Amino acid sequence: MSRPPLTIWEQAQMQGYSRRDFLQFCSWIAAAAGIEASGVPAVVEALDTKPRLPVIWMHFQECTCCSESFIRSSHPIVSNIILDTISLDYTETLQAAAGKQAEAALHSTMEKYKGQYLMLVEGSVPTAADGVYCCIGGRTALDIVREAAAGAKAVVTWGSCASNGCIQASKPNPTKATPIEDVISGVPIIKVPGCPPIAEVMAGVIVHYLAFDRIPQLDGIGRPKAFYSRRVHDTCYRRPNYDAGLFVESFDDENARRGYCLYKVGCRGPVTYNACGVIRWNNGVSYPIQSGHGCIGCSEAHFWDNGPFYQHLASFPGFGIETTADTVGMAVGAVTVAGIAAHAVVTNIRKRSVIAEEIRTSEKIPEQGKDA
Amino acid sequence: MESLTLRRVYVWELPVRLYHWVNALCVVVLSVTGYMIGKPLSLPVSGEASFSYFFGWVRFIHFVAAFVFFFNFLGRIYWGFVGNQFARWNNFLPLTPKLLARQWAEFLQVLKVDIFQAQVKPLESIGHNAMAGWTYFATFLAFVFQSVTGFGLYAAMSTSWLPGLFRWIVPLMGGDFAVRQWHHMAMWFFVIFSMVHTYLVFYHDYVEGRGVISSMAGGWKFVERRENVK
Repeated sequence: MSRPPLTIWEQAQMQGYSRRDFLQFCSWIAAAAGIEASGVPAVVEALDTKPRLPVIWMHFQECTCCSESFIRSSHPIVSNIILDTISLDYTETLQAAAGKQAEAALHSTMEKYKGQYLMLVEGSVPTAADGVYCCIGGRTALDIVREAAAGAKAVVTWGSCASNGCIQASKPNPTKATPIEDVISGVPIIKVPGCPPIAEVMAGVIVHYLAFDRIPQLDGIGRPKAFYSRRVHDTCYRRPNYDAGLFVESFDDENARRGYCLYKVGCRGPVTYNACGVIRWNNGVSYPIQSGHGCIGCSEAHFWDNGPFYQHLASFPGFGIETTADTVGMAVGAVTVAGIAAHAVVTNIRKRSVIAEEIRTSEKIPEQGKDA
Repeated sequence: MESLTLRRVYVWELPVRLYHWVNALCVVVLSVTGYMIGKPLSLPVSGEASFSYFFGWVRFIHFVAAFVFFFNFLGRIYWGFVGNQFARWNNFLPLTPKLLARQWAEFLQVLKVDIFQAQVKPLESIGHNAMAGWTYFATFLAFVFQSVTGFGLYAAMSTSWLPGLFRWIVPLMGGDFAVRQWHHMAMWFFVIFSMVHTYLVFYHDYVEGRGVISSMAGGWKFVERRENVK
């Protein structure tokens, strides 16, 4: 009989972490996952006692920036324990196995833990030409994702590719890159968009699932509310400048130096739902706006098509990239003014007789001071 | 000898007039503040943010005007069911085949007489002519569109239930960015409409002399009556 799988605490011990390190990690990740303080013991309990969660991490049309983000999480336990040692049964990027061995590992997990494993997906799935644009081990991504999803307990779609298609799905989308939710059904899906998503957000989602055995509370389009319920704009430290009407006009002006709001140079913060303003990046060092560059809205669907990034309004379709809705509106307004002027002139010519007739037949009022 | 007399007709009831001017004010305020939200002024200031709330006020005025606009519009929808014959829905929509035939004929007449001026003699219509009625219905659709997209965007920063009712539009259109873009584009419809509308009331008053402009203040229009007198 095989030994039961180790728990995360047992693994941490083997890696040389103290109980104190472990408890610090638990409360830190609980806070990151948006779990209230009274929920921390539940997290400790889960990581202490529950056997490891079987996880398969799949890569399709993507750049692996989600994995890169995840392994750069500020807390070492995230990468050492959750990703590296414990949970992953299959991941193309980090596993030692290759070829037939890797395929065997994937299939043994899928069979052994049918209905129990967590499936993490990075990348969109091409559906054009029967999915031939992305094949692994001689099978299409479409085929693989459907088979794997059928036995999964839940699916987490890492990053914008898997959640909304990202750059592969931008116009004209030659491979018909499709987000995961559109190719599978019958399994709960947690979307963690971003290009990439923040490492702590990714860890938080997994820990929440591990601790409570159910998916976190999701918003209307399937993103965890804890991280995606507020706009970058709402938590931005430059927000007071926006409310005051103090804007950067160009990237090299005095206003940029003063740290005014980047709204007019195209910041997508007001239309982007993410936790960048709160959790920030690289161990909380900074995030794009703090570094002087507007948000490009990487966690929103179609963000590649909503360009140019340095303009507040998108270009108007069909009129070239410099043309916004305002340019078109102004032009239509000018044409309208010209039309009105022309109509007024024509009216005075064509309707001359009507107006003259009205004046002629109108009541004659005797001039003041004279007798009628 | 033929004599022409004008008779007063009470066309626009008080709720219609009130609606019209509240709506006009809202459209102007919403367009100006909306344009400023899309393309903020470059203020000649260099102070700290804590001293000013300028852009916050612009947005606040936009939101307040939007609520007034919305409820005013709801009032008008109601009045389309209970108002007088000139306020009712059958002025804006051909609800029966017979009405469609009549409105279509009148639409072509308006095109001939007022737009291309192929016919010089003016038309006589007391309330809205068919072309105006249909155009106003198009503006009602624009009102609905702006209300839905506007409240959909506003829902993200509000906890109240009314904007929350329109949350569904955001995923439907593909995100806040797209909704904001459409909301912004639709503003230009209001700008163009207002220009043409203002011109046309001046035009009608000038050519026909039946008091179209003042009718929206007092409610009275004039109809012509020709009779033979000795």
